[in-house]
Amino acid sequence: MPETTSSLHEITMSQAIHDALAEEMRRDPRVFIIGEDVAEAGTPFKVLAGLVDEFGKQRVIDAPISEPGFASIGVGAAMTGMRPVVDIMFGDFLGLVMDSIANQAAKVHYMSGGKLKAPIVFRTTLGATRRAAAQHSQSLQAWPSHIPGLKVVLPATPFDAKGLLKSAIRDDNPVVFIEDKLSWQIKGLVPEEEYTLPLGVADIKRVGSDITLVATSSMVQAALGAAEKLAVIGIQAEVIDPRTTVPLDRQTLIESAKKTSRAIVIDEGYEQYGVTAEIASVIADGAFYWLDAPVKRMGALNTPVPFSPALEDLTVPTPASIFEMAKTLCGAH
Amino acid sequence: MNHPNPLDLEQGLHFYEQMLKIRLFEEQVNQLYLTAKMPGLAHLYAGEEAIAVGVCETLRKNDYITSTHRGHGHCLAKGAAVDRMFAELLGKSAGYCRGKGGSMHIADPESGNLGANAIVGAGAGLATGAGLSIKLRASNQVAVAFFGEGAMGQGLVYEALNMASLWQLPVVYVCENNHYTEYTAFREVLAGELRDRPAAFQVPSKEVDGQDVRAVYNAVLPLVERARRGEGPAFLICDTYRYYGHHVGDINRAYYRPKQEEEHWRTARDPLQICAQWLRGEYAVPPALLDEIGQRVADEIRLGLEFAMQAPFPTPSELMEDIYA
Ligand SMILES: Cc1ncc(C[n+]2csc(CCOP(=O)(O)OP(=O)(O)O)c2C)c(N)n1
Repeated sequence: MPETTSSLHEITMSQAIHDALAEEMRRDPRVFIIGEDVAEAGTPFKVLAGLVDEFGKQRVIDAPISEPGFASIGVGAAMTGMRPVVDIMFGDFLGLVMDSIANQAAKVHYMSGGKLKAPIVFRTTLGATRRAAAQHSQSLQAWPSHIPGLKVVLPATPFDAKGLLKSAIRDDNPVVFIEDKLSWQIKGLVPEEEYTLPLGVADIKRVGSDITLVATSSMVQAALGAAEKLAVIGIQAEVIDPRTTVPLDRQTLIESAKKTSRAIVIDEGYEQYGVTAEIASVIADGAFYWLDAPVKRMGALNTPVPFSPALEDLTVPTPASIFEMAKTLCGAH
Repeated sequence: MNHPNPLDLEQGLHFYEQMLKIRLFEEQVNQLYLTAKMPGLAHLYAGEEAIAVGVCETLRKNDYITSTHRGHGHCLAKGAAVDRMFAELLGKSAGYCRGKGGSMHIADPESGNLGANAIVGAGAGLATGAGLSIKLRASNQVAVAFFGEGAMGQGLVYEALNMASLWQLPVVYVCENNHYTEYTAFREVLAGELRDRPAAFQVPSKEVDGQDVRAVYNAVLPLVERARRGEGPAFLICDTYRYYGHHVGDINRAYYRPKQEEEHWRTARDPLQICAQWLRGEYAVPPALLDEIGQRVADEIRLGLEFAMQAPFPTPSELMEDIYA
């Protein structure tokens, strides 16, 4: 929630992303957008609708279906003074652009002994349960989170999305900014005035004393849903959203776990080697003497995302499954 | 010759029936979407039927194809059955991929279909790999890659063409130019001319009216045969049009594609009408015969859908099967 006294208005996450881009493009002529169907179409999801009318086709560039090409072009432009926002329609297409992200953008500053930099944002998506099957449903935030030199943002509310995207664009480092496709329609309050949010600061989405639910992106809503159910049976869950996996706000996570002595980490990426593993180990390490139970992890099942709704819905954590896990961890019946 | 004479009446009627099957299938899929009976979206092939049918009719059952997100037509033309196609689209166990693939991933190795693909351009690489495998196994097959003109944006396609040409692989690349990628006219995202691209790799190419199944068949037949003889890859560029939106949910599309243009293709360049015209004109096929085919295909679609609607969903125990071979 915005902690500001200024006037607030309610917008969708989609609008928040749109507004952040529009504001940054007005502020800084170096910012441009490149991607497929970003101009008149405003992306298939309409998130960028209207931007081309204000900024023109020079700054909202419709690219061919050439992800490796325009990702690389983006990095080159970033290295030479521009601030590109590269639109990668589906997170699954990270598979096509990982060289530009992980071998080029992430490393150029270090390899050049600090002389070059790549201030670029790769906007992409995550999330299953849209019946889009195995190549359009993955949540691959673990990939960029693994690479030193990258920052990774996972906004869960309109307020966070707007403030974090503006910071990502202003950051001198490559940032992978991943949006949950099902969250674009979530509404929330956002200040009328300009604001930014720092990368690397977790947000306590709900205060509680009995168990810590660390949740990212799409799983924040699921964790909040679980917390409500838990409250009914007398368990007060604290829901913490790291908001960025890199940098990770270790302090806030550890402090919460020390307070509650139990923690579950929930993320929609595959559970195996997922971001939940990293976060859980940070908590297990930092709060070891305060913990009453092992730190648990919940991610997507370790399977390609199936098309059939009968199977797909079983692959991701839900408020109900988080509730069950939390209840068990708290020893409640 | 394995192939019937393209001027053979039987063959002509078969072309017509295959195209009609795809058309009615796709119209039914659209209905399933509009009535909220199908999970997710689908990219319809209606309007482009002559390409899948014209090409696949030159192929043997064990020849390979790779397909795209707009793949239903390729799958049916290569020999997939309507009932199991519908079942897959509805996420049922009886579907070609046990409900795990859905519209964009239908694969049927039994009919040589290595799979539709949701990554634009990916099939061109895979078909080239099948071509290499054919050559190494000396198996006398041919691989065909179907893809849209949008895939010509992918570097992979050029890397594949280069290797196919270098190593003279038995691959025929079929580029379906339906003039739009998703919501962008292809001229806005494609420099130069399509035909110059295969030429750069010395891959012979042809351009054909993709709405005339006979023209497609006649154009591709020699390309497939020379590939089978070991004379290397070829490229076919088909001029075509999709009747519906990019996917079933793309309904208001006037901002990127004029209504009159859609009308023109539907009325003046419809592959079914063009085929029916020459069947009636050159083969004196009576309208009743075409009606009979129409009835038969409509029945097949109806029964196929009934089968799929009644088929059970996969059980949870199937979820973790098939991850490893
Ligand atoms: C690598 C990749 N990039 C983007 C997409 C999203 N996408 C799906 S279909 C499509 C347009 C494809 O155009 P074309 O290849 O001409 O085929 P058509 O849809 O016109 O049949 C796009 C951009 C994708 N599926 N894969």
